[in-house]
Parts: sequence; C-alpha cells; structure tokens
Amino acid sequence: MNYTISKTLAFKMSALLASAPLLANVTPEERGLEIAVEVDLRDTGFGDTKAEMEMILANRHGETSTRQMAMKTLEVAGDGDKTLITFDQPRDVKGTAFLSFTHKIGADDQWLYLPALKRVKRIASNNKSGPFVGSEFAYEDLSSQEVEKYTYKFIRDEEFEDVSHHIVERYPVDRKSGYTRQIVWIDSDRYIVTKIDFYDRKDELLKTLTFEEYKQYLGKFWRADRMLMVNHQTGKNTELQWSNYQFENGYSSRDFDQRSLQNAR
Amino acid sequence: MRINFEAKKVWWLLGLLVAAPATILASEWSGYLTAEFRAFERSPLDGEQKGGASAAAIFESEFYHEWDNGDQAFEFIPYFRIDSHDEERDLIDIRELSYLLVHDDWEFRLGISKVFWGVAESQHLVDTINQTDLVANPDGEDKLGQPMLQTVYVSDYGDFSVFILPGFRERTFPGREGRLRSIPWVDTDNPIYESGDEDSHVDFAFRWSKYIGDFDIGFHYFRGTNRDPDFIPGLDSDGNPVLRPFYEQMDQVGLDLQYTREGWLWKLEALGRETSSKRYSSMVGGFEYTLYGLFDSSMDLGLLAEIHLDSRGLSAPNPFNRDLFAGGRLTWNDEADTSLIAGAFYDPENGSTLGRIEWERRLKNNYKLEIEAQKLTNIDSFDPFFSLRRDSFLQVSISRYY
Repeated sequence: MNYTISKTLAFKMSALLASAPLLANVTPEERGLEIAVEVDLRDTGFGDTKAEMEMILANRHGETSTRQMAMKTLEVAGDGDKTLITFDQPRDVKGTAFLSFTHKIGADDQWLYLPALKRVKRIASNNKSGPFVGSEFAYEDLSSQEVEKYTYKFIRDEEFEDVSHHIVERYPVDRKSGYTRQIVWIDSDRYIVTKIDFYDRKDELLKTLTFEEYKQYLGKFWRADRMLMVNHQTGKNTELQWSNYQFENGYSSRDFDQRSLQNAR
Repeated sequence: MRINFEAKKVWWLLGLLVAAPATILASEWSGYLTAEFRAFERSPLDGEQKGGASAAAIFESEFYHEWDNGDQAFEFIPYFRIDSHDEERDLIDIRELSYLLVHDDWEFRLGISKVFWGVAESQHLVDTINQTDLVANPDGEDKLGQPMLQTVYVSDYGDFSVFILPGFRERTFPGREGRLRSIPWVDTDNPIYESGDEDSHVDFAFRWSKYIGDFDIGFHYFRGTNRDPDFIPGLDSDGNPVLRPFYEQMDQVGLDLQYTREGWLWKLEALGRETSSKRYSSMVGGFEYTLYGLFDSSMDLGLLAEIHLDSRGLSAPNPFNRDLFAGGRLTWNDEADTSLIAGAFYDPENGSTLGRIEWERRLKNNYKLEIEAQKLTNIDSFDPFFSLRRDSFLQVSISRYY
C-alpha cells in the first residue's frame, strides 16, 4: 500500500518536473544548473577508476612530443575526487607522481613526488590556469568537474553531429580561473560532454576541447577514449589517448596518501 | 603432515624459479648515462690539485618490479661514476636494493634505500638518514644508499616511521688532486669514530609526519652516528697534513613544517643535537612565492628567500652558520620542461657570497642538457668557503635517458 502511494507520488513529482520548462517559469540559469546537476548525477557512484594516458603535444609546425602517464581516481562522497598521476615518459621524469585532492569549495591540496631525491613536496594549488606538463590542458581542465565550480546559463538545444544537444554556458566561480566563460555541448540523451569552447580573460575564443570515442562501463558510466584540445591562438594542440580503463579496483583513501605517492609507479 | 608441508614449500620455490624469467621480462629497467664537463675560472690554490677542465661519466640504472597489486616491490639502483681528475670522485654505489611490503596500514622496507625529510630548498638540514655524496655535486643534493629496516604505520593521527639503520656510510670528499675541497684535503681513508663499533654502529630513528589542512608537519628523533663530521688535523700515511673526519655519536630532535596558502609556501626546518662534547641547534626557514603566468605568458617565477642560523656561530663547521639565501626559479612550462634556478648565499657578517645558477632543458624525448655555474666572490678568510675561493666553475652535462 505504502509502495503504491509513494510510486504515485513519484510519478506526480516527475510529471511536475518534466513540465516545468514548458511553464516557462524556469530561468535559463536554473535550466543550466539543472542540466549540470543531471550530468553530475549520471556519473555519481563510479567509485574508482584506473587508466593509462598518452599525451601527444603538437606545435603549429606539426612537431610532436609524447608523454605517458597512469591515472588513478577515487570518488569522494560530498567532495571533489582524489587523483594520483604517475609519469612514465619522457624518461627523465619517470617515477614523478602528482597527488591531488580536489575540493568543491576552496583550494585543492596537491603534492608532488620527485623520485631523484625521493622527496614529497606540497605545492601551491592556485595555479589552476597554468599548463599541465607543458600541454594545452590547464590544471583546471583536468581536475574533477564539480557542479559548484561554475554558475550556469542554458543557451539552446541544437543538433550537433546528428545528435541532439543542450548547449550551456558556464562561468567559473574561482577568480583564479583562466576563463571568463565556457560553452559546453551536452548530449541530451546520455548527458555527457562532447565539446567545450573556452574563452580567455579577454573573452576571446582560446581553446576548443572535443571528446571522442565514448565507451560505457558498468552499464552506466561513460568515458571518452580520445580528447583533443586545440588552442586557436597559438595553433598548438594536445591529444589525450586513454586506454585500459578499469572500474571497481577497490581503492580506498589509503591508496591516495603521501605514502602511496612515494610508492606509486 | 610436516613432510607434506615441507614438500609444498619446495614445490612453491621450484614454481617461483620457473616463473622467474617471465616475471623478469615483465619488469622494467630504466636509467641514464651522463657526460659531465667542468671548467674552473682560475687555476687551483694548492699545487697538489690538478688544473684544467675535468670530465666525468655517470651511469645510474633502475630495476623495478612490483607484484601483489603493488603491495610488494623490489627495487635495485646501481650507480657508477668515473672522473678524469679526482680518483675520490670515482664511485660504485648501490643507491637502492630494497624490498617493500605494504600490508593495509603497515609498510616495511628492508635493504639499502633512501629517505627524504624536509621542506627547505637551499639546505636540507633535517634530511638525516642518508649520507651526502658531496663529490657528486657540491650542492649536497646527492645521497648515498643506507642499509635500513623501515616500518611505517599509517593512521588518522599521522604516519609513524621507525628506522633501524645497521651500518654507516662515510661522506665522500674530493681527493688530493680534486677541486672544490678544503686545504688540506680530507683523508677519507682514516676516519675517526667516537663509537668503538666504528662504521657498524646500529643507528635508530623515529619520525612522525602528518598534514593538517594547509600545514605539513614532521618531527623526528635520531640516535646514532652523526652524518656531519667534524675535522681533526692529522697526517696521512705518507706524512702529508690532512683533515681526518671525526664522526661523533649524537641524539637529535628535529622539526620540519610547511604552510601552503595561495601562491605562498612558508617553510621551517629546525634541529637540536647533543653529542658528548657539545649541544647546539640550527635552523633554516623562509618562503617560496610563485607568480604564475608571468607577463601573460605560461611562464612561472618562484621567488625564494631563506635564513640559516646555527647556535655555534662562527665555530660551526658548515658554511651556513648565519647566512641569507635569496633566489628565483623560472619555469617555462613548455614541452621541453625548461627551467632556470638562480640563487645566492650571503654571509652578512663577512660579506662572503656564493652564487649559483642551474639551467636545464630536455632535447628530443630522451636527452637532457644541464648547465650549472657556481661563483664565489668576496670570500672572507674566516669563511668555510675560503679554500674554495679560486674554484668558481661552469659545468655542462648531457644525459641520455632510457
């Protein structure tokens, strides 16, 4: 009996929510936030992941250099993710590792491990807009994307590469961000990001990031195998190729501490 | 029953032997080979020292294998160095030969290994466990492998480490023909130990460390052979005047602390030592502030300032008794990881100044070019750097990584 009631109630609630945009009393800001919350919700509960990444840096003359790293991520309920990145290539930085505790609000905590000295060094984390290992990706582009890090505005729905998309503009909350705004293309069926345009502090188009070759894991979570960041102002680009994505590794916070940073390979 | 168990063990061992080649294939070797050239600004002070430019070759290789999801690991790092001028710079060392076992909140490491403590940049004051390989580089960043049994317990109250250190490594010093040395030279063949166990005294250390919000804190206690020797004038086997290193027993307590906020890193290292002959304390403290995206580029500039104090004042055997350090670190954040570090130590009491600059850049994917220069100016006759006053140098090295 109770079950029937709650089910009916749930149905009514969802009907109410679904009709909300039609009632036109939802502002573009509310609609933008709603989409961002849905994107976040669909990826909630992934637990942990492990993957390998090849980073290919290309300059405007087409000359390339390659980096290889492994990345572990732990989902933290109620806060940003913890990540541990270990470098394998180029060889002179092999064994260097980077530990980051991202936070929904406030500065992240970051440590660097330098294998030649066996030294763990806490580093300043306000370098959000700086390039990550000389690439076109800034630290803020790669850190965990929390809803609270932006404010939002819904722009329109449109077909993009024959798939219906929501287009949402978002504005970084952190004053240290290198961007005034980002325009995000979100697949309106799967709620995954397929493209982001980044506008610099002068509000000029700086970079475009595209996500390709999405694969689904555990029947729920989507991860892109290929990410391409093109810098329109310098002509440089950086491609990330992800491989060997693994979920359910059973990681705990013990796998993301200063000790594990020293032992990581 | 017992026989069965023994038989099982034998089979297990045999299985391990059969499996070993496959395991070794899955493991990895990496390392580097460096060619290093040093040219000095002026001719040597002491006629025993060889003049002219010197060259050295350095080879370091790492074998690393982990299993059990990384909860067990074996690491081996042999190190070789050969120098054209100074035979005391020739060295074969095992930097690492250790087995690591991680079990939940416990970690055990057995073998020869290296441990770093501290936060400061211009001097590694509290970094006690490993002996300095001073001839590798006068900046003291290179360390020798130390035999140890290390046990770590990781908890919500911090990381607790206990070290049992059997065997002591002597500091390396430039030899009779080498540059960048004291006058007279240090006779490493005739060290003096306070302990009757000499270099086989078993040392002990305890460390606690934790990060609390923006603070990273570490405390330690060490009991055993002081890695920093005193020097006693003497004669070598040929009757030449030399300095004999004297290694005392000591009790040491130390602190390292860093506060990280915005672009600021505030740092403090302090220690107190007690030996049978004296009691003293020393500290290094300062800050590092980074300006990101310099002039709208992707370059960063880190500004560093540190103060060195030693309660022994002028009688301290190290050059950092009451000195100031100021420097900068310029990072290009480019694909070649180009960086430039420059800094100077200044003794306000006697005006002695030591300046140092290091530039490095990766070439292709596997090579690295490093240029280093050290300049001594206005060196006072009472300063520990006095015997190095003609040893300003320029060093160029190229390394091939694999």
